[in-house]
Amino acid sequence: MSGQILFYVSASIAVLASLFVVTNKNAVHALLYLVVSLLALAMCFYLLGAPFAAALQIIVYAGAIMVLFVFAVMIFNISQTDIDREKQWLTWQSWVGPSLLVMVLLGEIVFVIVSQQNWATNSTSVAQIELVDARAVGSLLFGPYLLAVEIASFLLLAGLVGGYHLAKELPKKSTKQGGSQ
Amino acid sequence: MMSVPIEHGFVLVALLWAIGLVGLLSRKNTLFMLMSMEIMLNAGALAFILAGSLWQQADGQVIYILILSIAAAEVGLGLALLIRLRQHIGDLNIDKLDEMKG
Amino acid sequence: MHDLLFLVPLFPLVSSIVLLLLAGRLSPMLVALLGVGSMGLAAILTLLIGIEFMDMGGESFQQVLFNWLPIAGASLNFGLHLDQLSLVMMGVITGVGWMIHWYAAAYMFGDKDVQRFFVYMNLFVFAMLMLVLGDSLVLLYLGWEGVGLCSFLLIGFWQHKADNVVAAKKAFIVTRVGDTAMMIGLLILFSEFGSLHINTIVESTVQVSQSNLWLACILLVGGAVGKSAQLPLQTWLPDAMAGPTPVSALIHAATMVTAGVYLIARMHPLFLQVEGILNIVAWIGALTLVLAGIAALAQSDIKRILAYSTMSQIGYMFLGLGALAFDAAIFHLMTHAFFKALLFLTAGSIILKMHHQQDIFKMGGLFRSLPLTSTFLLIGLLALVAFPGSSGFFSKEAILAATYEAHTAGPTLWWIGVLGAFLTSLYSFRLLFIVCFGPANHDLKEADYKPSSQFVVPLLPLVTLAVIGGFISLDFSLVFGPAHHPHLPLWIEWMPVAVALVGFILAWVLYFPRRSMQPSDGVISRFCRDGLGFDWLYERLFSKPLQLFARINKSDVIDHFYHFVGWFNFSLNEILVISQNGKLRWYLFGTLAGCALMLGGLLWWR
Repeated sequence: MSGQILFYVSASIAVLASLFVVTNKNAVHALLYLVVSLLALAMCFYLLGAPFAAALQIIVYAGAIMVLFVFAVMIFNISQTDIDREKQWLTWQSWVGPSLLVMVLLGEIVFVIVSQQNWATNSTSVAQIELVDARAVGSLLFGPYLLAVEIASFLLLAGLVGGYHLAKELPKKSTKQGGSQ
Repeated sequence: MMSVPIEHGFVLVALLWAIGLVGLLSRKNTLFMLMSMEIMLNAGALAFILAGSLWQQADGQVIYILILSIAAAEVGLGLALLIRLRQHIGDLNIDKLDEMKG
Repeated sequence: MHDLLFLVPLFPLVSSIVLLLLAGRLSPMLVALLGVGSMGLAAILTLLIGIEFMDMGGESFQQVLFNWLPIAGASLNFGLHLDQLSLVMMGVITGVGWMIHWYAAAYMFGDKDVQRFFVYMNLFVFAMLMLVLGDSLVLLYLGWEGVGLCSFLLIGFWQHKADNVVAAKKAFIVTRVGDTAMMIGLLILFSEFGSLHINTIVESTVQVSQSNLWLACILLVGGAVGKSAQLPLQTWLPDAMAGPTPVSALIHAATMVTAGVYLIARMHPLFLQVEGILNIVAWIGALTLVLAGIAALAQSDIKRILAYSTMSQIGYMFLGLGALAFDAAIFHLMTHAFFKALLFLTAGSIILKMHHQQDIFKMGGLFRSLPLTSTFLLIGLLALVAFPGSSGFFSKEAILAATYEAHTAGPTLWWIGVLGAFLTSLYSFRLLFIVCFGPANHDLKEADYKPSSQFVVPLLPLVTLAVIGGFISLDFSLVFGPAHHPHLPLWIEWMPVAVALVGFILAWVLYFPRRSMQPSDGVISRFCRDGLGFDWLYERLFSKPLQLFARINKSDVIDHFYHFVGWFNFSLNEILVISQNGKLRWYLFGTLAGCALMLGGLLWWR
């Protein structure tokens, strides 16, 4: 019972935080709100019986990826002019079109979800949700999903190398490159 | 542990996804666009976790881990590109990248 | 001897080809020898064949040379057909043609293009012979087109003068209208009878629909009208006088313009089945002869007077055909060939003497300067006005007599014919008086021009025939049926002579030059001089609208469609390219909007 309420609370926090992220003018504030949203989602994961995923969400997503974001923002060195510019870019006209479109899409998806007659073995209420712990996940990872793990590691390697290469300082041979402030 | 109607979970997924989409479409700043994409990715991850919880299997979490790796790689590369972009055009306005027009 | 019939057209053809291939390498003497000699051989051969033909009783003779178009069911042979009709035509063409070629050799002597001239002339004779000798309508049409071509080439012979070329084009185009009508008529005949062999058509017992036969015959008449310069396709003949005078004599007096008459005479069994058309033919002839007579009164160019005179006389032949007097019409064709050729060649001599000056008001008193030539002119004109005893008298009398009694003609047309005789006399004597009498309007010295024998000798046979040609009796009984001699009251028989006399007196009163003559210049005489306004009418009716269309279509209406296709694609591109503005968010928006729509559609249908 309390689990239900907790779930709804975390869900609404996540939604609200996301809204704040999207409409913010300050990059750092937006990032912090994003972290809040991620943490709320981690809570949801836990309540759904996926503690391992919840832990990973906090450690990796909120802890590593968001920190990466923060580092990048610090490199960008945003100042008041940037914030003002954001304000300038964010007129209400720029929200109208996307909002309408997204509401249409949202409506369609919700309609699809709600009109499903049967959700597999589950009815509208489920008696008990068991925890699916790390052990189960691990045995899957080393079992059927072994290849996927390897490929994921390729991906990460590519990301690493690409990130290093793209952010490398350019050799100062010509003045044709875009001027940096 | 708890019993939440599974439709509500999916509605949450849809909601988060929609919010991320709004941000993606309306913001000019590329950094914010990246953040909105993170929100969308998270929504997708939540959907998988819900499915795993529905079937009481660990596959949902495994997929979640893969999504995580993808997000990590993407953010790394994306931010590097953002740095380049900033060097190139001074600010992060994505509308300035329109040389492929016509 | 009959088997050598094919040589008659072959001689001129070979001569033409040889002269064409050896262009520029033969001396003028050789050219003349070849050109005239081939005609001479053809004429002599014609004479021999004719004598033998008469001796053998005059049965028609066919000679098939080879199989030309082996089509199953309608195979076409290249064959020649000889009977009295084609013999008479052949005789006229080769005989008169020979004299004209002889004269032409002298006339065109010194012209640098004389070789080309004889190529065309001989080719013309070949085509004309094919026209009269062919045993199927296809060969007739071959000759028909051939003479049209050669007429075009010869009218515009002196190409450096643009007017000549314009006249040649006009002739060709106007006759083309007739030729097209004739072609359609031939096709209808083919579809009705299954063959274009003349004997097959004429002796066929197949029941043909009257309306189709009517249509085919009227189209054939259309072709004849074009070639023979009758109403309404007569506008080309006066302008065709731009060619050298021998050309006018041969083509536009003796032979080509009579092709229409030959066609109707040859196909007369068909026409007898649709007699209403013969009535139309008679009316065409009658109207033309009056119109041409009026126009001739207003001309001041000697050749144009003779051209209108030709038009008028062919009107008489059409009148004869329409009055079912086919033999009289052909007889008149023959005598007309004699005296008209004589008149043209004599006019040629006069023109040469006047240093290529053709205006009669600048001549005068030629009886004193050129006595021999003027005498020839007088003889020719007397034959033209049907002076009693001359050849023209007998033939014209025959036609008019038949007209009075025929059921397809009748007294009305006879009166028109008599009026025509009056006009003929009037303009002929006008010509004679203005040219030969009165004060000399020119500045020619006596010793300027010595008539060489070459100019006189060819004219002698023509003069003789113009005088005594009426006494040649032609027996067309095996072709046209037994000759029909109408019995008419005496006053009807002598009326034409009487009006001719009246014309002579009136011409004396009006035109005998007591002082220097001036061409009259009133509105009416200008109207008559321009062929009674037909040129003006045709220009307004046909030329101007066609030119307007050509100008409108200058940018080619059909092309506009293709330009539109290209333009449409370009504009579509310009519109669509707006959506390709390079902005990522726009693309995203578009993609998502599409997704929304598709999803919505799917949900709608489920």
